[in-house]
Amino acid sequence: MLVSNWNNYPRVEAALADFRSQDEALSILEEANKCIPRGLGRSYGDCSLGADIISTPGFKRLIHLDPQKGTLECESGTSLDQILSVIIPHGWFLPVTPGTSRITLGGAISSDVHGKNHHLHGAFGRHVLDLRLLTPQGQVLECSRNENPEIFQAVCGGMGLLGLILSARISLMPLESVFIRQKTIPAADLDQLMGLFESYHQSTYTVAWMDCLKSGRNLGRGLFMHGEHCRAGEASRRGLTHPDSKVLSLPFNLPFRALSPLGIKAFNSLYFYRKSRRTGYQFSNIASFFYPLDVIDNWNLLYGKKGFLQYQFVLPSRNSREGLQKILQHINSFGQPPYLAVLKLLGPGEGPLSFAQYGYTLALDFPMRPGVFSLLKALDRVVQKLGGRIYLAKDARMQKHMFWQGYPRAKEFLELKKKLDPENKLSSLQSRRLGLCQNQY
Amino acid sequence: MSKPVLILGAGSDMAKALAHELGAAGHDLYLAGRNLEELQKDARDLEIRYGIKARGVYFDALDFASHENFYDGLETRPYGVVLAFGILGDESLARSSREQWEKIIHTNYTGCVSILTVAANRLEQAKEGFVAGISSVAGDRGRAANYVYGSAKAGLSTFLSGLRNRLHGSGVRVITVKPGFVRTRMTRDLDLPSRLTATPEQAAKDIFRAITKKRDIVYTRWVWRWIMLVIKGIPEKIFKRMSI
Repeated sequence: MLVSNWNNYPRVEAALADFRSQDEALSILEEANKCIPRGLGRSYGDCSLGADIISTPGFKRLIHLDPQKGTLECESGTSLDQILSVIIPHGWFLPVTPGTSRITLGGAISSDVHGKNHHLHGAFGRHVLDLRLLTPQGQVLECSRNENPEIFQAVCGGMGLLGLILSARISLMPLESVFIRQKTIPAADLDQLMGLFESYHQSTYTVAWMDCLKSGRNLGRGLFMHGEHCRAGEASRRGLTHPDSKVLSLPFNLPFRALSPLGIKAFNSLYFYRKSRRTGYQFSNIASFFYPLDVIDNWNLLYGKKGFLQYQFVLPSRNSREGLQKILQHINSFGQPPYLAVLKLLGPGEGPLSFAQYGYTLALDFPMRPGVFSLLKALDRVVQKLGGRIYLAKDARMQKHMFWQGYPRAKEFLELKKKLDPENKLSSLQSRRLGLCQNQY
Repeated sequence: MSKPVLILGAGSDMAKALAHELGAAGHDLYLAGRNLEELQKDARDLEIRYGIKARGVYFDALDFASHENFYDGLETRPYGVVLAFGILGDESLARSSREQWEKIIHTNYTGCVSILTVAANRLEQAKEGFVAGISSVAGDRGRAANYVYGSAKAGLSTFLSGLRNRLHGSGVRVITVKPGFVRTRMTRDLDLPSRLTATPEQAAKDIFRAITKKRDIVYTRWVWRWIMLVIKGIPEKIFKRMSI
């Protein structure tokens, strides 16, 4: 069948094998020549694509919940959404969550995903206590910071290339209320926006929306948002229930010209001025604060059949200002506006292939239009020159040299892969493109 | 335990999905089948998710002699029994292999009679509860492609119909479930038309609704009721020439 991930590019012919038990997983892995684990397909690109895919969402049992200490162990195909619906009523929350809850635990670890609190709480991997890894040679390894620590660190962010994560135990964060107290602050330009990130460094959740179509004095205009969990009873007397908003779904693919550059410009201005007027604190529930797009089941279809590309990079903090400025200028000069641009200040990263490093990350959504690849190449040059890197979970087109320069610890990762996967069984279209196979760098 | 339900053949995809429906509604569960280790993991999962009690228990549908002891050995008497085991078998092999057709018949029919006879007697004594048997639309009319399987399912449907008749007025309800195509591991190698094919979750919702809404016979998806009405209405003279 034709398989693609969330951005619908690329689309490849693939065979999916699912499993319900460790034994079934083992036999899939034994029979496979080359394969790659894949969860709910929310990555943007080809990191979990290949001719043979081990599909994990059927492997989704909860193994142990400790409601006193706040730890949960479950199988790797469990979605964060399912985890939340179980832990919230017990007064716990995920210590790190990305912008969608429709991803699997295994995917969250393998991409070492981050959230709006990365500057304080790190990426998902930091909150994994231990995990069980089925290696391509059929061994089950218990990995934690004490046991097989090197493997443990590399599996976090390891893109499923070292083995199949069977289960993991994560630590949870106490939750008193399902509400978030948030505030939006308008920023007239890039300096102001970055200044806000610095001054609100102690806020738990920080993120900014950026209007990429402004140039000159208003270059980098945006809206900065910061939020905190409410204390018990602060926002509402309602108890701890998973605020499962009604899910809508689009009946069809929209024609991809639905949002023209002019339309985006108009939308951006409207959005900026509307939001700028609401300056006080606002309360929103967890679902609408963390997962605003989850209410539309298939918002990716807004970009039409051809799909879209997400470009997310991080620049070292000392070069962030210069880099962001150049990137915005390129976008303006190419006339290829991204539909969405999200800025975030990250803290340091951990695993050898983990994306995060101390500095600013910008995520841009580009509809698939002629010329978009050459724009991204131009952006690549800026990112590469300034010592930045691209997020593997959101990559469908990066070139090999860019990867090896951006991820200096990839050699260390590859050494480990040679030991765990000498036959190079686990590989994706992405890992082959980037030369993440043995003897290839 | 609160209204425990025994699921026989709990390892099947449809049974697993139904266990979640029943668990979410607060029923305690016995998950019965041969792969005890996996069933215990399933049980633990259901306990954490729904705050119910769930337990995996060993059950072999083909070991008829063990059925009475199995049922009476359950810690708490089930309030409801869901019969979800069954195999598709290899129909072409069944033409030449006695072993194969015996396996199909005994799993899909004889084993059901064996365990449901015990269950029906115990439920009748308790004067409440339900039996839900998962039969198949294949039992509604014999086709060249799967008539050994179909005839066993026809036997099961008839058995359930008779049981419903016998237990009417006793407080015990009998529900016959007739799934059409369901996308499960049992059918993973078949090329199924997507519009007529249910996911195990959809089928489980239909079955759960039938249990709570006191239905007698339920087709899942619903469109199969009408499809089978048409198919049953075709005169044998014509039907025998058709390949459907």
